Amino acid sequence: MPIKEKRLILQHADEPGYAPDIACYRRHGGYAELKKALGTPPDSILAEVKASGLRGRGGAGFSCGLKWSFIPKNNAKPVYLICNADESEPGTFKDRQIIHKDPHQLLEGMIITAYAIGAHLAYIYIRGEFPEGARILERALAEAKRDGFLGKSILGSGFDLDVFVHRGAGAYICGEETGLIESLEGKRPYPRIKPPYFPAVLGLYMCPTVVNNVETLCNVKHIVRMGGAAYAALGRPNNTGTRILCVSGDVARPGYFESEIGTITMGQLIHDVCGGIRDGNRLKAVIPGGSSAKVLRAGDTYAIRRRKPDGSTETISVALEDIPLDFDSLADAGSMAGSGGIIVMDHTRDMVEALANINEFYAHESCGQCTPCREGSLWMKKVTARMTRGDGRPSDPDLLASIANSIAGRTVCAFGEACAWPTQSFVDKFRDEFEAKAAPAKEVPRAA
Amino acid sequence: MTSPAKDQKEAPSLTPDFEAKADELISHYPASRRSAALPLLHLWQETFGFVSGRGIEWIAAKLAIEPIRILELVTFYPMFRQAPIGRRHIRVCRTLSCALAGARELHAELCRRTGASGDPHAPLTSPDGEYTIEFVECLASCGTAPVAMADDRLIERANLPEKIEACLSHRD
Ligand SMILES: Cc1cc2nc3c(=O)[nH]c(=O)nc-3n(C[C@H](O)[C@H](O)[C@H](O)COP(=O)(O)O)c2cc1C
Ligand code: SF4
Ligand code: FES
Repeated sequence: MPIKEKRLILQHADEPGYAPDIACYRRHGGYAELKKALGTPPDSILAEVKASGLRGRGGAGFSCGLKWSFIPKNNAKPVYLICNADESEPGTFKDRQIIHKDPHQLLEGMIITAYAIGAHLAYIYIRGEFPEGARILERALAEAKRDGFLGKSILGSGFDLDVFVHRGAGAYICGEETGLIESLEGKRPYPRIKPPYFPAVLGLYMCPTVVNNVETLCNVKHIVRMGGAAYAALGRPNNTGTRILCVSGDVARPGYFESEIGTITMGQLIHDVCGGIRDGNRLKAVIPGGSSAKVLRAGDTYAIRRRKPDGSTETISVALEDIPLDFDSLADAGSMAGSGGIIVMDHTRDMVEALANINEFYAHESCGQCTPCREGSLWMKKVTARMTRGDGRPSDPDLLASIANSIAGRTVCAFGEACAWPTQSFVDKFRDEFEAKAAPAKEVPRAA
Repeated sequence: MTSPAKDQKEAPSLTPDFEAKADELISHYPASRRSAALPLLHLWQETFGFVSGRGIEWIAAKLAIEPIRILELVTFYPMFRQAPIGRRHIRVCRTLSCALAGARELHAELCRRTGASGDPHAPLTSPDGEYTIEFVECLASCGTAPVAMADDRLIERANLPEKIEACLSHRD
């Protein structure tokens, strides 16, 4: 049976003739939800978003409504909204689709969100390598302003909002929300020490700031349209709504696919949606949530919790292909849904080569603030690069694991985990391949 | 401290249009001028090709901060450069999905076609100064790997022969 998409966010994006201009967006009912939202008290929008169960689509999967509610109640400072459009997690290319094909949907979600949290100034932090995306957003902002959806007293509501595009300049760490805020303040993007854990308490210019991912903000519009309860009926309990999954690597038809969360399995996504493994090869490994997520090995079994009809849960043992693609199941399987970037590797792939590639990324992107991350990411890269050159040593698997173990949990930001998890999981799951790289000890003639 | 007005005199090539653009960018940050640092660096690099010492001083003066505060950005953010590059800039993604799809071979082919040579980890410029070929990290288009950027334009499945042509012939 063919697997059907459930398109909420990408409903129109790929329709023939659908254009990113405001006239097209409005012909498709655009900005109706903004009108609806401005007619209700901000608190009621927060209540709907809480009821929707929406979890962040940027990586951590944190409750969106809960995050918004961290803005201090007695706050007298300005509140800011930042859209995280840094999209830099390797394997992820969903925000690009929204920005390029349906920018007004993002703006509508942002304006509603700003109204709900009381922000009058918002920024879209877009990665520097999206120059075309930045231009599209600039154009969309000008159109929205012209039509009265931005600026002073939006649609006569008395609510004011300005939104600006802010371009990054090639640094992955700007995706980490406190690094992003430092960057937006005109500084090096050094992530901030926690606590405070949430910029909603202290963020941009030390004012309450909500940072949300592009896809998360788009969902807000649909929650306003459908109501929180109806939205929560999509997907699964605690994993509500739809999600855009991005598939790359060794499948016949890579691409993106939106469906209700948890309604399809890894195997259905790979085989039915993406046409199976390319060239008739066999599945070997999957990185399920951006390159930071721990790798999963085909042939292994995974213990995941399943909700029974009576609401209680049971733990079942499933193959990689049978893991439902939701936040909780992937966490149970020992990895994470992360950013939704699924990288598939077939049986011809060398796992040491793959890890060496990932390690090069993290070594390049560490901001350098914390010693374990700065030194450790570089060291892991050097070890795996040496292994790929044929100079592996029997001690390398343990060395790699010990470096990774010394990073995770010992750093200012979650990049520490992001760079440790690939090494920990690759070495753990494919230890045989790492051991096989150990070059036999060379005989070195001793000086006479 | 040098006033912006004095700097303008020392920088005759700054057009009123450039100044107007800079002021417009600064107006996006009513709470802190310093936030305009990255936008001004982009503006400078897009206009002059790279960020010179004069650019750093001009931006710092414009934002009323020390030049080191701008220099430290230029040395941190990979997209800024302090020296000119080839007239056409080809970025090749080297991260996992693109590597699986042949990014390394694509980079080598582009180097072979343009005559650029050297350590592939560094930006490589062809002997005639026409092209700079640079490996970059994930460009967020992994589903159409391998990808490249020819100046500002994304080139998908860039190892197809006609796409290699497009990389080489593209002009913004
Ligand atoms: C190293 C690192 C990189 C990140 N990169 C991104 C990114 O590119 N885009 C994004 O939306 N979130 C990214 N995040 C997550 C953000 O810190 C933050 O959780 C997110 O923007 C919150 O939005 P959400 O709740 O809507 O998901 C990153 C986190 C870390 C630790
Ligand atoms: S963990 Fe790494 S990226 Fe994060 S602050 Fe420390 S050095 Fe920077
Ligand atoms: S890995 Fe090349 S675009 Fe993502």
